[in-house]
Amino acid sequence: MSTPKRAIFATSLLLAMTVGASWAETPHLGKPIDEAAIANWDISILPDGTGLPKGSGTPAQGAPIFAEKCAACHGDNGKGGGAAAALVDDRQINGISASNKTIKNFWPYATTIFDFVRRAMPFQMPRTLTDDEVYALTAYILAENKLIGANDVMNAETLPKVKMPNRDNFIIRFPDRI
Amino acid sequence: MARSKDRDVRDKTLEAVAGNGLIDRRALLGRGMLFAGAMSAGVGPAAAGAEPLTDDPWSLEVGEPMSPYQVPSKFEAKVKRTLSNPNNEPRNSHARTPHHLLEGTTTPNGLHFTINHGGVPTIDPDKHRLVIHGLVKQPLEFTLETLSRYPLTSRVSFLECGGNSAPMFSPEPMQETVQALHGLVSCAEWTGVKLSTLLEETGIDPKAKWLIAEGADSPHLSRSVPVKKALDDAMIALYQNGERLMPGNGYPMRLLLPGYEGNMNVKFLRRIKLVEQPQLSMYEARTYSQILPNGKAYRFYFLQEVKSFITYPSYGMALKGPGLYEISGIAYSGTGRIEKVMVSADGGQSWAQAALQEPVLSKAFTRFRMPWRWNGGPATLQSRAWDEAGNVQPTRAEFVAARGELTKPPPVLGFANQHYNSITSWGVANGGEVKHVYA
Repeated sequence: MSTPKRAIFATSLLLAMTVGASWAETPHLGKPIDEAAIANWDISILPDGTGLPKGSGTPAQGAPIFAEKCAACHGDNGKGGGAAAALVDDRQINGISASNKTIKNFWPYATTIFDFVRRAMPFQMPRTLTDDEVYALTAYILAENKLIGANDVMNAETLPKVKMPNRDNFIIRFPDRI
Repeated sequence: MARSKDRDVRDKTLEAVAGNGLIDRRALLGRGMLFAGAMSAGVGPAAAGAEPLTDDPWSLEVGEPMSPYQVPSKFEAKVKRTLSNPNNEPRNSHARTPHHLLEGTTTPNGLHFTINHGGVPTIDPDKHRLVIHGLVKQPLEFTLETLSRYPLTSRVSFLECGGNSAPMFSPEPMQETVQALHGLVSCAEWTGVKLSTLLEETGIDPKAKWLIAEGADSPHLSRSVPVKKALDDAMIALYQNGERLMPGNGYPMRLLLPGYEGNMNVKFLRRIKLVEQPQLSMYEARTYSQILPNGKAYRFYFLQEVKSFITYPSYGMALKGPGLYEISGIAYSGTGRIEKVMVSADGGQSWAQAALQEPVLSKAFTRFRMPWRWNGGPATLQSRAWDEAGNVQPTRAEFVAARGELTKPPPVLGFANQHYNSITSWGVANGGEVKHVYA
């Protein structure tokens, strides 16, 4: 526990409490809840890896899971042809059409793959994959796109370090609104 | 006779405010009074040969019983949303608002556009929870019941998908209705609790610059929102046009971020986490980042910029002969109020200022109207809006110069790019048929 951090936090709260009488006038009907009780819902992964759970997976572990649970929509080996987008694709950005966006040529952070797969996939059965399975599928997709080596292990340490090719090609549209 | 002479003068000078038949609204009102005067003097149109009026069947029998929740007349069955995925296949689905069949500024709840990424969830409002946590002093959990006991506030706000008007990126004007082109924007009165009130109760760590909003739908859709916006005018919306939110619009509660792209207004809201850095969720890292002509891409576009389009007349309609028409359309800006709307009937060679229906509200639909005497010849109708911050809706040429266009027409339901807000042009042909044109 860093004392200065806590001190700053306490000061800012004090400030918030002293600004305006509205503090006392709101209903205060929210029920206090511990972070531990929220943990099962707290599935947000930040680009620096914050939020990544324990566990790990390799491309080899991901391949059979992909074939069983993902290929029906994303095609064999993620190459497309089904109802959902291809995940493994060598096409280039060409003009302004979003139809050419791929994980390899557009997605800026590999953590986004883990985050999205864990929260939303498989489409018909979200939140049924274990964390190890999500790591394995993420590793498989990255390796098939040649963004990591065939034997690389993905975990909370290695995944945020994957360098995505398009990372530096974004422009914040309205910086003053952030 | 003197009056009629005055009227001729008015016709030639005061009435015409721009080329190809645009008429000054005040002159039109004045002319109406003259008509009334003329009629009282017995100089109305000849009435010879008119059929005598009789009672129709519905005037001679008792009508139907009322329904507990009434729906529109069966004769209005064509006024409905168009669905991109009617069979709920495993992909996203869109329902577009039929602006060409509506008037005023309020989108009826049943016709409000919706986009869902994993079907419409059936949420038990008694079991739904909203938690606020992360960089706060005290994480809190709210129910619909407890939120309903907070001070409520109402505001009218438009909501627009960042991908609305995407068919306009086509290099050729796509022959589609205003519903197909611009149907992913709607406007409603939203009532709920200001997010700042709840954040006051949780307390905010000053390190928190963003919040991650997440839904209870199957994709657990999540977006990052600057705390700056959360403390400005964000709302946890519970009611839509006076009744609880429609299921497709986020029942039982959603985030409302007036003026910001629809996808950020997270529906079925169940979690808000305050964080230092944005999440770069799939929707912000991929879907809502827009490729630019130079190969780079915009991120965090957020704002739905000033825009307008004419809803009447518009593509697919046919004018029935020369005479007086009222051009009508919608204008809005995510920055604030609409300042003015200019209308042209000659493809932008001359412009006249349209009347704005009061009240003109910030970040809400503003209805504009413009009297027009169609002479039966070709006309190109356009509208162009300005907002109170001085932002002006770009011409198509200006927009394309900055943002580019596609090399071939895209699928009309596709989203090749986003945040399109240039002028829309409707071409009226000699016979009165209305086409979509670029001008």
